[in-house]
Amino acid sequence: MASGKRLISDLRLFGRGYLRNVAGLFFGLIFPVILILIFGAIFSGNNTGEVTVYVQNQDTSVPDISGNFIEALNSTSILNVQSVDASENFTKYLADHSSQDGIIIPANFSLNYAMEQPVNVTVYGNPTQSTNGIILGVVNGVTNFFNLNRYGGSQIIGITTGTIGYESPKYVDFLIPGLIGFSILVSPMFSMVNISAEYKKNKLFKQLSLTPLTKFEWLASKVLFYILLSVVSFLLMVAVGIFVFDANITLTVWLIPFFILGPMLFCSLGMLVGTITKSVETASVLGNIITFPMMFLSGTFFPISMMPDYLRSVAHVLPLFYIVEGLNNVMVFGNIEAALVDIAVTAVLAIIIFVAAAKLFKWRED
Amino acid sequence: MIPIEVSSLKKYYGEIKAVDGISFTVNEGEVFGLLGPNGAGKTTAIEIMEGLRERDAGDVRVLGLDPWKHGYELHKKVGVMAQGFTFFEEANPREAIKYYADLFNVKVDPDDILSEVLLEDSAKNLFKNLSGGQKQKMGLALSLVNSPELLFLDEPTTGLDPSARRAIWDVIRGLRAKGKTIILTTHYLEEAEQLSDRVAIMNYGQIVAMGTSDEIIQKHGSPERLEIQGTEKLAKYIKANTELKVDYNSKGMISVALNGRIDALAALAAAEQSGLEWGEIRTRRDSLEDVFVHLVSGTIDEHGEIKTAENASNRRSR
Repeated sequence: MASGKRLISDLRLFGRGYLRNVAGLFFGLIFPVILILIFGAIFSGNNTGEVTVYVQNQDTSVPDISGNFIEALNSTSILNVQSVDASENFTKYLADHSSQDGIIIPANFSLNYAMEQPVNVTVYGNPTQSTNGIILGVVNGVTNFFNLNRYGGSQIIGITTGTIGYESPKYVDFLIPGLIGFSILVSPMFSMVNISAEYKKNKLFKQLSLTPLTKFEWLASKVLFYILLSVVSFLLMVAVGIFVFDANITLTVWLIPFFILGPMLFCSLGMLVGTITKSVETASVLGNIITFPMMFLSGTFFPISMMPDYLRSVAHVLPLFYIVEGLNNVMVFGNIEAALVDIAVTAVLAIIIFVAAAKLFKWRED
Repeated sequence: MIPIEVSSLKKYYGEIKAVDGISFTVNEGEVFGLLGPNGAGKTTAIEIMEGLRERDAGDVRVLGLDPWKHGYELHKKVGVMAQGFTFFEEANPREAIKYYADLFNVKVDPDDILSEVLLEDSAKNLFKNLSGGQKQKMGLALSLVNSPELLFLDEPTTGLDPSARRAIWDVIRGLRAKGKTIILTTHYLEEAEQLSDRVAIMNYGQIVAMGTSDEIIQKHGSPERLEIQGTEKLAKYIKANTELKVDYNSKGMISVALNGRIDALAALAAAEQSGLEWGEIRTRRDSLEDVFVHLVSGTIDEHGEIKTAENASNRRSR
């Protein structure tokens, strides 16, 4: 029979050892906080979000429609327009300024506009860069507006902007679920891959098999420890998010299933990896092969909507995907119904892998 | 109840016969040593008794239990120090003892156990900072937490320096004095001789000799010899004038096998009669080491490997 006393005693010994190990402490608690500081700083600093674009106005005709056009581009607060003197070689100028984004207003732009003669502005850009699409969109919009105006038309359909979820989320709000998922994955997974292979090599499992502690109790104690660690790491990240980045984070009971199932799943998966491999080295290689793609393809740092279809299908077989999706459903969208599906998938995976790990790993040899 | 009964135990790994049909019993309160070179099958045998490995054939009863089938029950009653004992690096001996006490659900005073294994000084040093000897003492300490009557010690002093080894011996002698039954494996002949009441010498998976040191020497050793310092000429003279078996070695020692005390008188009379010079005389019996060298065809070096008789210096006159 499982004994709570043995489990707690093992948890205490393991936890104390963990806290004494600086490397473990760093990866378990400090690293996620550093990540949130870095990502938070990158995406929600004082960046105005404007795209810099160089504009050369070759038009000298009157009335000064080209000046108004440039003014209109600038006033979108999407583009940061830098004027380039008409005497410069434009493409060389762009290259000298390490930029690929530029707009040329041709000579006689205003005259042609006034005469209702077709005239083209030229947009330079690199189609693989997101800035190119932004600039094209803005130029298109402004051009349409000027075309409409020329015939005395007025705008009928307008746009007001908004974001989904609670009151005006910041970038860091979107970042936090991904980073929580990341820390739920990384810490238990890497530790357990290492522990299972290392204990096997050092014959620590053999040592433990000589005591009344059972394999099940031992694994359950590790799961319990990483649940506690994930919660502490979550609270640290939330504190940093709130105090440093003024994030809006919803603390709800619906987070609890993820903090239980996530560490259970990845502890067990790490244990399984260490169990089926023969040496510490191969265990760590296999661990990395499983962990790194999962780390990047599950929507932790980048939304999976950014990915091509085949990568999205890959994401759907990664356990972490359901945890990150579920955390987003709970924390960003408040969509508990959708989160329940994620919880169910995660629970099934966690239980299967936990049982498989507990059954397969060996205390003693044949 | 006889603590350990082993009969016709076998364990093969493919072609390798790690344990090839050994039988012995260990009696209550006895220290039983399994002595042999590396690869002789000592650890395989003791791990089968501890319930850490499954046997292929034969019967093993430890405290009346089948150690493989009832390992979990057995482990509550016995103490085991595995070969090359390791523990969690970031735990100290005191914590480890408390941990074991919780696992075994017993109440113990860590200080009592620490003093029993002479480890009070390092009670709070993390395992990773302990010396080899201190680690082994901690292994001994943990094997004592559940107050077992039967202890398995698998190579308790391998790799330790002589003074650390002697400290462990003191601990084991203390346990023997308390009446505990102990089975230990070792490749140190001196260790087996110093600690064990009875020794089984293992080689290639088989027991080649078993008993007290005296019994083994009696059975496997050559008879008592008279050694006379003298020349080869004297040796030949004695051989020619008596019916005795006489050997001569290059170090100037004449060795006469004695089947009785009277043979010594005959040999000495012949020596005196020869009129040749002869020096020191003494009688000599085989030591356990002599027998061991004979039985495993070599001596065992510090690391437990056999040095063949040809390599070994002339420990044994032939």
